[in-house]
Formats: sequence, structure tokens, C-alpha cells
Amino acid sequence: MRSNIDYNKKVLEHFENPRNMGEMKNPDAEATVGNPRCGDVLKIMLKIRDDKIKDIKFQTMGCVAAIATSSMATKIVKGKTINEAKKITNVDVAKALGELPPIKIHCSNLAADALRKAIENWKKFD
Amino acid sequence: MKIYLDNAATTKVYPEVAKKVQELFVDKYGNASSLHSIGTEVRKKIDEARGKIARFIGAEISEIIFTSGGTESNNLALRGLAKANPDKKHIITSVIEHPSILETCKDLEKSGYKIDYIGVNSEGIIDVGEIEKLISENTLVVSIMHVNNEIGTIQPVEKIGKVCKKAEVYFHTDAVQGFKKIDLDIKDINLFSVSGHKIHAPKGIGFLYIKKGTNISAIITGGGQENKLRSGTENVPGIVGLATALDVDNKNNEIKKSRDKIIEGLLKIHGTKINGSMNNRIYHNINVSFYGIEGESLMLMLDKDGICVSTGSACASAKLKESYVLKAIGVEDLYIHGSLRLTLGDDVVGNEDYVINKIKKNVEKLREISPFKFEKIARK
Repeated sequence: MRSNIDYNKKVLEHFENPRNMGEMKNPDAEATVGNPRCGDVLKIMLKIRDDKIKDIKFQTMGCVAAIATSSMATKIVKGKTINEAKKITNVDVAKALGELPPIKIHCSNLAADALRKAIENWKKFD
Repeated sequence: MKIYLDNAATTKVYPEVAKKVQELFVDKYGNASSLHSIGTEVRKKIDEARGKIARFIGAEISEIIFTSGGTESNNLALRGLAKANPDKKHIITSVIEHPSILETCKDLEKSGYKIDYIGVNSEGIIDVGEIEKLISENTLVVSIMHVNNEIGTIQPVEKIGKVCKKAEVYFHTDAVQGFKKIDLDIKDINLFSVSGHKIHAPKGIGFLYIKKGTNISAIITGGGQENKLRSGTENVPGIVGLATALDVDNKNNEIKKSRDKIIEGLLKIHGTKINGSMNNRIYHNINVSFYGIEGESLMLMLDKDGICVSTGSACASAKLKESYVLKAIGVEDLYIHGSLRLTLGDDVVGNEDYVINKIKKNVEKLREISPFKFEKIARK
């Protein structure tokens, strides 16, 4: 049973005070990635106006890194254009948090993947 | 304030134990193999400690072999028996053993051993009948743990011992988690492993009980210490620390009361399950799952509140690795990830409400973040 991992202050701050967390009524697009079997599950919801991300919300079941990267990813893209937002990668998210423990790098994929998928879903309806 | 609820991982060395250990570091520091007075004095300390431990478990002095701890004891038991009895190539163990048994078995498989890993029921208890059926002429040893380190379930080791005795097969039990906490009748047990640091002695000391007449070989060779079964200069501070720790009062009754009170409180949080049998369970263990959240996050939040626990969920690779023990008893995915293990010590007594309230608060916070809402599932 593992019981400790070193996270930096920024990661812990986002974990304790996640930005843009919660449900959204009538989102323009949403996507859920991950599955309960693997552990982490992340749902992203978007409100899009004039090709810009006007509002974004997330819900995550996952470890500290998964919650912190969800929070940071939503913070980065809020207000950005769709074109800018879909270019965001897991590396951008991880860098914005300073650093993630090596075994937790994969968690940052989840946020970037969910965001991209939500944008794709929006385009389908557009 | 810190409340340490991880006593299955390790325990604090009690001051009275540390004091004795300190004496062996700075004052009586000799090598027990030396013939001069400082060496002889240390030899006496080892003999006293071994005698005390032997009396405590109802064994003979020559049946106690000091090792570096539980892992080494388990290795010596399985590999030492395998080495001395090369004609028998079958081992029976369970899927919920500690890694020091499971990995040793896997290693022995590579050199031609057939290993049967028997399962457990949803309560986390093995079926003795299954062992009985699997024993054959080729069986070297049955190794089943006394108390599970994650869910605290107690296996019917005395019954297994009887079955093995009848079949003339060696029986080993990993007694690391139960030693000194639960009485163990060693009449039909050939070997059992003990670790010092789980009972308030230092890390790096343990022993393997080997019943007289057991055919076993050393896996560490050298100067021939420990009846030629475990070479290496004796860890005298550890040995004396282990013997001294036998006098420490476990406060079983108080801790059990605290444990039951905390379980009662936690079960009031909806979407909560206790994993493993409540009837056959060591008195200080709580293994609890909260629906729809992840254990590491909960562990870290509790750490901030001064409560130290561990989790069966380990998001440490591309795929989250869940506890193989919880998997073996059939805990569902959305519960398995939100599991906590609380193994109580005396510092919990009087702080039960604090622990319950902090867990409740943090579970609620994580459920707010999670897309899985227990209420929605429950209504369906």
C-alpha cells in the first residue's frame, strides 16, 4: 500500500482549491474521458461564444495530480479561442503546474484529452 | 496534532524499548562472537532475549532464528525449505499474501515449482477444504498468512495446521500482522514469520520460528550464526528491542472500542462499505471504501488534517493499480479506488469523533469534485 508522493506547492494549491470545478447547466459541448476501471475519470463541460471558451467546468474522480491538472487545464483555456484551446497539450498543463512527479505525468494527458474531445464534440454539432 | 492510523505499515518504537536499544548501541556494543568480556556480555543479552521470546510463544530456544524482518523470514521459510527438500516441487499459498510471499513464489515458479494460489471468499477468508484437496505427495509447504495486512482478516491457521500435519506437509504462516495481537496456537505450525517494527520494536529485526525437526537450509551463508541458519553478525540492539517490546501493553480493548466507534460513524456517510469480514478481523483494522472518489486524494487531505492513513489505490502508472486484496474479495471498481486503510494505535483513543468528522468532510469535498454522484446511483 502506497501512502505518499511529493507534490509541489502549486499542484497542492490547485488540488485544494480547484478552479472551474462543478456542474454546468446546458453546456454547448462536453466530453468524458477515462473509465472507472482505470481509476481517473474526467468530465469537461464548455460554453462557447464567438469561437471562444466563455465558460468551462470540470468534474474529476482521481488522484491529486488528476484533480490539479484538471483545474490547471481549465484555467489555461478559459477565455481562449477554440483554435488556441485545442492546441493545449499535456506538456503545457504539466509545465504550468511547475512539475509533476514522474509517475504522475500520465495524469496530465487526461485533461488535455478531455478538452480536445469536448471541442471535437462541439464541432460535430456546429 | 498527528493521529497515526498506519500501524500495519509500521509502529513507533516505545521509549522504554528505545532506551534499551540505545544501551546496546553505545555501551554494550560488542560482537557476540568475540570471546572477550564485551563480546560475552552481548552474547548473554542475545540469549536472554531469545529465551524471553521462546517463553512468550511457548517454543524452545533453538526454534527462534533472528532475521532482518518479515520479508527475510518469509524468504528463509520458503526458499530454505525448497533448498533442503528438492524432491518436492509444489507450494500452496493464497492470492492475498504479502508481496514477500507472492514474489518469492513467483520466483520459485521460474525454477520449476508449481504454485497454487488459492482465492478467498467475499469476506476475505480462505477455504481450508480447498487446501486439503490441493495437497499432494509433491507438496512441499502450505503458506497462508495469519492476518491480512490490508483488510485485517484472520485466517483459520490452526485448522490449516491440522490438515497439513495429517498430510505430513510443512505449514508456514506469515504472522507479521497478528503477532502479539492475537493468540496463536503453534502446536501444528511448523514455521512462522515475525517482524519487530510492527510491534513497537525497531525496523530491521524479526525472526522465523522453525519447529524442531524441520528440514530446512540456510539461504544466507557465512559465519554460521543463528544455528547456521542465518549468518551475519547479530543485530543485538534489534534483538533486545524485539524482546523488550513484548512487554508493551497493546491496549487491545481500548483500541477495539475506538475502532468500532469509528466504523459506526463512517457507515453513516452514504456510499460507504467496510471491506472484509467484521467477525474474523484483527481489532485495530478498518478497511473502508467510499463510492466515487479516489483514495490518494482522500489520504492527502487527511494528512493535512493530521491524520495518517494509507490507501489501496495507487495511481502510479498509465493505469491505476488497485489493491489486489480488494480485487480478490470482489470490491467493485467505483468502491475499490476510494479505499482507505486505518490501522489504529493508542493515540486514536479519545479522538474518534475528530477522525470521523475529518473523513466525512473530505469525502464530501471529493464527491463534490467527482462526476460520480452516489445519490444518482442510489436512486436508480
